[in-house]
Amino acid sequence: MINKIFGGSYQILRAMGVTLKYLFKKPVTNQFPDEPVLVYPRFRGRHVLKRHDNGLEKCIGCSLCAAACPTQCIRVEAAENTEENRRSPGERYAEVYEINMLRCIFCGYCAEACPTGAIVLEHDFALAEYDRWDAIYTQDRLLEPHEPKYIQIRDDEVFVPQESWRVTK
Amino acid sequence: MDWIQSLLIPVVYSILLVVILLTGFAYLSLVERKLVARFTMRFGPNRAGPFGLLQPVADALKMMFKEELLPTHADKWVYLLAPILAISTAIIGWAVFPLASQGLSLLGYTIPPVLADVNVGLLYVAAVTSIGSYAVVLAGWSSDNKYSLLGALRASAQLVSYELPMGLTLVAVILVTGTMSMTKIIQFQIDHMWLIVLQPIAFIIFFIAGLAESNRSPFDLPETENELVSGFMTEYGGIRFASFAMGEYIHVITFSALTAILFLGGWSGPGAESIPFLGLLYFFVKTAVMIFTVIWVRASVPRVRYDQLMRFCWKFLMPLALLNLVITAIIIAL
Repeated sequence: MINKIFGGSYQILRAMGVTLKYLFKKPVTNQFPDEPVLVYPRFRGRHVLKRHDNGLEKCIGCSLCAAACPTQCIRVEAAENTEENRRSPGERYAEVYEINMLRCIFCGYCAEACPTGAIVLEHDFALAEYDRWDAIYTQDRLLEPHEPKYIQIRDDEVFVPQESWRVTK
Repeated sequence: MDWIQSLLIPVVYSILLVVILLTGFAYLSLVERKLVARFTMRFGPNRAGPFGLLQPVADALKMMFKEELLPTHADKWVYLLAPILAISTAIIGWAVFPLASQGLSLLGYTIPPVLADVNVGLLYVAAVTSIGSYAVVLAGWSSDNKYSLLGALRASAQLVSYELPMGLTLVAVILVTGTMSMTKIIQFQIDHMWLIVLQPIAFIIFFIAGLAESNRSPFDLPETENELVSGFMTEYGGIRFASFAMGEYIHVITFSALTAILFLGGWSGPGAESIPFLGLLYFFVKTAVMIFTVIWVRASVPRVRYDQLMRFCWKFLMPLALLNLVITAIIIAL
């Protein structure tokens, strides 16, 4: 009985010693918008519409992305490029391009389906809005380059070469 | 003018004490959150104001805006009385705590260091903290909810059982010091040594019983029961809910202060008699050390199940307290 008392008290004091040790260690919390978050390069976050180097948009309004999207959250309406108003190399451009971020599941199928590499998923994930209607991203918002300070891309990704998906030889 | 000395000064003193205790409660909740977080390698709240100092203000505002309803078949006056009782019984005990060595003399009137220097101070404190268990029972009964009632009965059983070891250790303290008056107990500790040295077992038992009386970890099953929707606080919302939490924290402060007075020597320390504010500082530091220990225990020890709790009290603490009392009595008699 005495053994149990002393054994028990000793264990409790040991537990208190552990927490005391942790009191003097630095906390491991990442203070989010002040401290940047490190994400991997292939992390799928917010979409961005890319442009060519000469300023023309890459998007040609083919709506393959809308067709590939599992939740059908992309809306594309194409229009013809004229000589005065040329927005993309090629015949058509996307006049209306909207993505409903509340429906998007960030799967990346739209980026895989895009033939020109116009729509890509970059790394921002802090996408909260105060108003639900603000979560339908319009084309001008998607076109502007978006590199927030609080997201940083890790450069220590390790590629493990895998010869075959078969488990047994 | 006698009415100033005997009426105005005590009234102002008590108002000041209540205000300081309530502000202390608010910031104790912040200190506790930050300390428990640091014990577990996190930051505490640090967004609301620098170092989270406005967090209690944010919490208070939130509580005020929450919906407070009166259950339809609840016993209205008892329902409203219970939270008030929870806070008041915790604050009333401070009337007999000596805060400094001598009074402050201001404009010819002396402000005494004790609000009421009764010569049965310890008995008064024990009695007042016992009334605190009424708050729990009344809350559970008036909620008109079977599960709240059962939760309240369990909580009050816990409170009542832990008063016994507490009372027995207080009897041991009285035996050693020979007096029930708080000022004389501190005087005894100045003349001889601190009671924690003379009565270490009593200190440990009193500390554990104090944790259980405040419904504090590791004995906080009653207060978490309303996370599990079967506690006595379930039917309370908004400020009334906050009042129970307030009562618990103020009980923590009261018990820490009581431990500091009875076992750690109150306001005594080098130079406490000559400089008046040094005594107050020593008292504050000792209470702060005990509060730190209470929070430390909360962050380290897992919660005790109800039957383990009762078994611990009746089969271990009470015999130990009795044994301590008997040994003390024998040593005193020799």
